Amino acid sequence: MRTAIRGKRARSRPITRGFAIIALAILGGATVEAAPYIPDRDEQVLEQVPTRLNATLLKLRALRVRLAQQPSDLSLATQLARGYIEIGRAELDPRYFGYAQAALKPWWALPSPPPEALVLRAILKQHGHDFAGALNDLEALVRRDPRNAQAWLSRAVILQVQGDHRQALAHCAALIFLPRSYFLGTVCLGKSLSLSGQAEKASRLLEELLDREPDAPPRERLWALTVLAETAARLGRSEQAERYFQQAFALGLQDGYLLMAFADFLLDERHPQRVKDLLNKETRVDGLLLRLAIAEKQLGSASNDHVASLKGRFAASRLRGDKIHLGDEARFTLHLLDDPHTALTLALANWEAQREPRDARIVLEAALAARDPAVAKPVLDALNQSSLEDVRLAALVARLKPIRQ
Amino acid sequence: MRRLLLLFLGLLSTPVFAHKPSDSYLRIALEGSTVQGQWDIALRDLDYALGLDADGDGAITWGELRRRHREIAAYAFSHLTIKTEGETCAHKVLEHLVDHHTDGAYAVLRFETLCPKAPEPLSISYRLFFDLDPQHKGLLNLTHGGQTHSAIFSADQDTQVIEFLGVNRTKQFLAYGWEGTWHISIGYDHVLFLLSLLLPAVLKREGNRWRALASFREASIDVLKIVTAFTVAHSITLSLAALELIALPSRWVESAIAASVVLAALNNLYPLVSERRWVVAFVFGLAHGLGFANVLTDLGLPKGSLLVSLVGFNLGVEVGQLAIVSVFLPFAYRVRHSWSYQRMTVGLGSALIALVACVWLLERSLGLSIPSTTFEWGFN
Repeated sequence: MRTAIRGKRARSRPITRGFAIIALAILGGATVEAAPYIPDRDEQVLEQVPTRLNATLLKLRALRVRLAQQPSDLSLATQLARGYIEIGRAELDPRYFGYAQAALKPWWALPSPPPEALVLRAILKQHGHDFAGALNDLEALVRRDPRNAQAWLSRAVILQVQGDHRQALAHCAALIFLPRSYFLGTVCLGKSLSLSGQAEKASRLLEELLDREPDAPPRERLWALTVLAETAARLGRSEQAERYFQQAFALGLQDGYLLMAFADFLLDERHPQRVKDLLNKETRVDGLLLRLAIAEKQLGSASNDHVASLKGRFAASRLRGDKIHLGDEARFTLHLLDDPHTALTLALANWEAQREPRDARIVLEAALAARDPAVAKPVLDALNQSSLEDVRLAALVARLKPIRQ
Repeated sequence: MRRLLLLFLGLLSTPVFAHKPSDSYLRIALEGSTVQGQWDIALRDLDYALGLDADGDGAITWGELRRRHREIAAYAFSHLTIKTEGETCAHKVLEHLVDHHTDGAYAVLRFETLCPKAPEPLSISYRLFFDLDPQHKGLLNLTHGGQTHSAIFSADQDTQVIEFLGVNRTKQFLAYGWEGTWHISIGYDHVLFLLSLLLPAVLKREGNRWRALASFREASIDVLKIVTAFTVAHSITLSLAALELIALPSRWVESAIAASVVLAALNNLYPLVSERRWVVAFVFGLAHGLGFANVLTDLGLPKGSLLVSLVGFNLGVEVGQLAIVSVFLPFAYRVRHSWSYQRMTVGLGSALIALVACVWLLERSLGLSIPSTTFEWGFN
């Protein structure tokens, strides 16, 4: 006690300006990797930005200039917003979603904007993981136009992420009867079935669909194959899963989710070297870097750089109050920082927002490592209720049981 | 139509992003009426707003950045307003640097802000990039007198009013008052000093022996004199130090306080001053006041309302003191005849106090840390 008080007093010198600057520098150290500096040469390259010769960006820049002159032109605004959303997804850069939102500014806060703006607003809210906001907008959209396939599909996908498969199934079914939505509606249906105790049925449905519709657009086929691969993996059919993943890659499309799902599959199959080969160049993407770092750890060649980089990125995300990384951060904390208690807290917070098999899994893994099975109860209950078939989750549940009793 | 549908798919549950969303980092340190700041702004964002890549090759070089410094500062500071009581403060950029955060290079602006009035409460309005990217966020980290305040500026919340102890004077007065009371209750040195002086207040020295005083009035007058002298003395030095009219090294002050406790306690065992203990209270009270001032400096004195906090703190100390006296006096008066009070409490108690204070004196004057828990248990 005495020492504590003395310590406080000992610091009580009048603080000079110099001290303030030092304090600032120390403070900066919390978020900044190195101290700010003045580069020595003019030629030193500091940052890569999209080049001006990029045709899509050139087109969007022209649109932006036109929109600045007439900001309430809905058709211009939606065209620009859609363009930015597409680039954002291609470049995996959320900044473009912000630019898209700026284009929609006159309609952003309206209670009922025109459908063209409403649907884009819902997409952006969904990307920002404002699921409740997105569901609201989509409901308004469906009410106004029950034949709006986008709205039905989008709602279904959010409901799937939230683990509400009964409602999701109804939305997918509605989609099937709308024009030109049969393929996506069926994949949507298959996904929900596969996550609610009817994995076999779902697999047959999707296999038949792919056979029957060989001319479906590659993006849509990719989704079907990804669902098939993940379903087979959950059923413990590794060879089949691997085959679907390879077919999906054979479509030749860039897809971050596919890479991530395949990496998770390979990690489960104890093929860390293959994960390393697959993701070696994907260090820019947080979710992929995480899987690469886990693979490196399994190989016994953990990369301090990768771990430090992930730590910094999660810290930055926390600083801005984002919650979209909680699941990955829980996994990072458990498997790379070996801190099961913090990981458990993160995993449970993540479970509040989203309830896919991987979200359940990190809770169970952390609870097991922290030897605290009681807190996993909501997850175990949800798994029971959904009758999800997943061999790896089942193994975890079995391992948690003896501890619980 | 089909194209749009696909915007919904994939990447939903786990964001697969190669970048983090746009943030800037605004750090502000408040000292007196100056605001020292550092603002880190992503080059990618500046490029989108101002077009930094002059040759369009997709790479921003230091040269390209350097040539635009003036423009960048003008752009940035036209989107940041710092106000005190409705009056806008002026910014001055001190230097331009570069730093690298997890997601790339940032322009670093070090600046100084001068406010016409004391910068508290401080209103900060941040509007950078919100027109271009409503998902942009400004992450504020503000330090002031040892306190850290962090906040997030967003398109929905672009203004933050920073009140360290509230603009409300009453609230501030009470807050500082509470600090004063709390400090005396945990400041064992002040409590022990006061107790050493008060212990014999219900007694009278006759030769080598203590004799109980006959009336409560007599005892009360003695206590009143001591407490008043202590209060007047420490108020004087507390005010002088808080107004920065005197400043002594904290080591001297803390050592003097420890010495005062030693001497006051020894005086009960080997009385040098027995009648005029209020003089002792006054003289050493001066040192204790400087000690209080150190605490007040730690709390950070708002320039705009110095008097309110000073008086509040001081009155808080008096309240704490009165609480001690009001518990001590009736109790001591009741048991003043007993052997255990005269011998054990006054005698042994003073000896223990002197011993503990000796340890403090050594620690503080020599900068040692003596494991002193064994001496402290009796007082915790």
